[in-house]
Amino acid sequence: MENKTFEPKIIAFVCNWCTYTGADLAGTSRMKYEPNVRLIKLPCTGRIDPVMILKAFEKGADGVLVSGCHPGDCHYNAGNFHARRRWIMFHKLLDFVGIDENRLHFSWVSASEGKKFVDVINGFVNKVKAKGPFEKYEKINKEFVING
Amino acid sequence: MKIGVFICHCGENIGRTVDCVRVAKACSFFPNVVHSVEYKYMCSDPGQNMIKQAIKDLKLDGVVVGSCSPHMHEKTFRKAVSDAGVNPFLCEIANLREHVSWVHDDKEVATDKAIDLMRFAVEKVKRNAPLKTIQVPVTKRTLVIGGGIAGIQAALDVANAGYEVVLVEKEPSIGGHMSQLSETFPTLDCSQCILTPRMVEVYQHPKIKLMTYSEVEKVEGFIGNFKVTIRKKARFVDDTLCSGCGDCAIKCPIKKKALSEFDEKLAFRSAIYVPFPQAVPNIPVIDKEVCTYFKNGKCSMCVKVCGRNAIKFDQQDEFISEDIGAIIVATGYKLYTIDKKPEASEIKGYGEYGYGKYKDVVDGLQFERIASASGPTSGEFQRPSDGKTPKKIVFIQCVGSRDESKGFSYCSKICCMYTAKHAMLYKHKVHDGEAYVFYMDIRAGGKMYEEFVRRAIEEDGVKYIRGRVSRIYEEDGKYIVKGEDTLAGVPIQIDADMVVLATAMVAQTDAPKLAQTIGMPYDNYGFYSEVHPKLRPVESSTGGVFLAGACNSPRDIPDSVAMASAAAAKALVLFGSDMLEREPTIAFVNENLCAGCFYCKKVCAYNAIEVKQIKDKNGNVIKEVAFVNSGLCQGCGTCNATCPSKAIELIGYTDEQIYAEIAALM
Amino acid sequence: MQIGYYPGCSLSGTAKEYGKSVRAIFKQLDVELADVTDWSCCGATSGHVTSHKLAMALSARNLALAEKQGLKEIFAPCAACFGRLAVTKQELKNSPALKEEIEGIIEDKLNNTIEIINIIQLFQKIGKEKIAEKKVLDLKNLKAACYYGCLLVRPFNILHFDDAEQPTSFEELVKSTGAEVVEWNYKLECCGAAHSLPRKDIVVDLSKKILDDAMKHGANVLVVACPMCHSNLDMRQKNIIKANPGQKEIPVLYLSELIGLCLGLDNKQLGINLHTIDFNIRLKKNVEEEVAK
Repeated sequence: MENKTFEPKIIAFVCNWCTYTGADLAGTSRMKYEPNVRLIKLPCTGRIDPVMILKAFEKGADGVLVSGCHPGDCHYNAGNFHARRRWIMFHKLLDFVGIDENRLHFSWVSASEGKKFVDVINGFVNKVKAKGPFEKYEKINKEFVING
Repeated sequence: MKIGVFICHCGENIGRTVDCVRVAKACSFFPNVVHSVEYKYMCSDPGQNMIKQAIKDLKLDGVVVGSCSPHMHEKTFRKAVSDAGVNPFLCEIANLREHVSWVHDDKEVATDKAIDLMRFAVEKVKRNAPLKTIQVPVTKRTLVIGGGIAGIQAALDVANAGYEVVLVEKEPSIGGHMSQLSETFPTLDCSQCILTPRMVEVYQHPKIKLMTYSEVEKVEGFIGNFKVTIRKKARFVDDTLCSGCGDCAIKCPIKKKALSEFDEKLAFRSAIYVPFPQAVPNIPVIDKEVCTYFKNGKCSMCVKVCGRNAIKFDQQDEFISEDIGAIIVATGYKLYTIDKKPEASEIKGYGEYGYGKYKDVVDGLQFERIASASGPTSGEFQRPSDGKTPKKIVFIQCVGSRDESKGFSYCSKICCMYTAKHAMLYKHKVHDGEAYVFYMDIRAGGKMYEEFVRRAIEEDGVKYIRGRVSRIYEEDGKYIVKGEDTLAGVPIQIDADMVVLATAMVAQTDAPKLAQTIGMPYDNYGFYSEVHPKLRPVESSTGGVFLAGACNSPRDIPDSVAMASAAAAKALVLFGSDMLEREPTIAFVNENLCAGCFYCKKVCAYNAIEVKQIKDKNGNVIKEVAFVNSGLCQGCGTCNATCPSKAIELIGYTDEQIYAEIAALM
Repeated sequence: MQIGYYPGCSLSGTAKEYGKSVRAIFKQLDVELADVTDWSCCGATSGHVTSHKLAMALSARNLALAEKQGLKEIFAPCAACFGRLAVTKQELKNSPALKEEIEGIIEDKLNNTIEIINIIQLFQKIGKEKIAEKKVLDLKNLKAACYYGCLLVRPFNILHFDDAEQPTSFEELVKSTGAEVVEWNYKLECCGAAHSLPRKDIVVDLSKKILDDAMKHGANVLVVACPMCHSNLDMRQKNIIKANPGQKEIPVLYLSELIGLCLGLDNKQLGINLHTIDFNIRLKKNVEEEVAK
């Protein structure tokens, strides 16, 4: 068991209209990709609260992916712009909370970009694999359990 | 809560790579799951009955189905659950097909992932609230964008059913590309002869409000309740006064400065012009770019000759607002740019064919104009450079289509047919002429299509050569076409008098802009996307927006007309009831927590947040809180993520639900 | 300006004059050519039709040597060398596995960052202004047909240089010598290349078409940038004339020779005297008249 390669757990927050549908397209096109990512479907990337990303890391995710419609293409007109603005702010906080920025990936995948979805998933999974497991919060969690 | 889990094999589609029995077994150990089964086809009648029966027998109050994408069958299963007396919003779907079985090969890994997705869904459904769909009224008016044959057909169908239509066309006249065509395949009937009566019908229809030389500027609202702003561009001619006599165009001294768009730049037009004699409406526009008055104010010939004082140089663009229930998009196509690389594009163009450099190398639409009785040569076959009758014409198919290195990977669908038609028309008029066609494959799928191509080859003697052309160059007034005959396996060289390129049909340059205005998806080529390629081919995934014609993908006239009628039927379905049901996944404010900062109001794209005053018994305002207008809220959740005190939540996607999903990862 | 220089085998053999003129003119233009020390075959034709990896390894070896020498760019005057080096660089970039394997074969590491440029790109770097500044003769009596051949602008997806179907950079450069350039049709057609030895008839046939088209469009000189093209169009021209009585002669110059003439170098300095078809007196006289004025 020790020799088993590290398989990261990755949570992806995706919007219903673009990236979720793009993932559906990858499926109907029978494209193959790494199985490490679990999608959480939201109506729009505008719904994503940075706390969700922290929560994902806290619960043991080794990487978090955020993906929505391309700028200008948002089903809700401007939700992805809000997401992008939050991202810029949040990005600066990552270091402070002890998360390597390479563990978080932000991308735009439209409903017609099945191939891009696959590339994004594979690229990110490989990146996180290279980083190894994210253990910082695990320790905190344990301490929290012991102390609290 | 008592949850039932139902795993679908989808025939073999899921079952082949996901061990459904193991998934069902694993789910049975999840907290609150009291029932967990798998079945071959959960969406079938017996499958749905299994769900209904289990609800009844075990008094389930939550259901999770592991099946195909929720975009496919969420409605089916929600209805089944609802039929059995459970609120439909207490049913969740885990996507085990598109996101698992179709994309992974390893059965173990796929099964593990499937179990994870099921756990997510179970955790989510536990926290779902029973909801009621929202009822909103429907405005029974249709906006049709684009006045080509698809737009015309859709407008007439909706109007003839008794509902009002606003038809917006950006050019000065309706008619689109079809009005430019000479004859149409496979019947060879005159394009204008069959089209112009339809154009007139549109113009005279009491239910159709025609707005030419206009563009859609803004679209607000949602299905059944759009508010559309239309820019009516200044024609500089008062359409209420103009009688369409045409004197202004005849007298306009600008004769050789502007190339006619209608004649595909093979002829000139005046500065004040109607695109073609049968234009609808027959009201001219002034081209500001070439008009002398707009340049230096020195000419006003049109004003002098106009007997009705209809010329208005000071006319401005007007903005008109319309209440609309359904939108039919029929914006059509344009031709691939052959000679030069379009801006911000990967496309290289076919420099080796000399289009733009040699006058007698023309594209398909230019050849239509040359062949057309209403064209610059009155239907005589004359080549553009010297007006001589070409004795040898080479037609090259797939210029830009089916060619990833220089154009697009898709097939433009109509070129095989129109090339056969072109060659045929030419042979009918120039009996001693020779016509050669370079093709990759002849794709003549359609009623009477294959027979048509055979006729061109067998009866009219058009010579078909299977192969590509590598280069065209001019030598002694001839165009040397060098190519390969792949069936004979020899290089081939033809000295032609004229060359016609069957260029790819591509999306309109501003197609993405309109898609963004309306808020609907489009593909990498710029064509508008349908919800489902087989079962919902004329609907955009944006509610109340329907697609017709070549704006969706390359399409010929019969297909465009059929699609337009289908889109019209979809709009009429929408108008069949006075009220419309909408998903109740909208934002909701916890007034106790709301601090009244109204950040939510600032980020809301739909103006759905209102200010509500909370008063005490005496009517004094204690505080102001946010209030969601359920008719306007679209449920994007941006307010939810923005709210500092978490007082506003998106029903169906609450923080609690999402955190539960995240926690289920462990 | 210093630039890495990979001469390739032709430039000391069949295309001696190309090598001679290249050295002569760049000296004149203040460009120092730093030879890749101990360079070997680039892996062209006989190499890459024998073994893909052999061809890769040969080019990779040269690239590795150049890297060690600290060169950032190398200039390969021969179109075949240029093509081989550029293709190798790209293929090794695309496939780390292949790169690793080739590195094993050549027993050397490769950063694979060196820029490979052809003669036109080098002139573009130097700039037309520099040529104008050093210009001694105006070659306005020359009507040049610029012949790209097949390798100078291809494969396009690797080179990304000019336009693979309608290139113009060659003409632009030749114009700066004062020579007139003709519009013609065969500037990208095949000359027959390595068929020169086993199938002379093919070369005679294909090269004749090129010569004819150039002359038909009024050219009195053909300008090339490839040793293979030159040998087919110049050396085989005698065979073409023999096979086609009445066929007219047309001199074929290397781009470097043409620039050299403009810089005031003579036939001998440039090796033009080594050509099969004389760069004839009439033209030269005209050039001299120009000097007299």
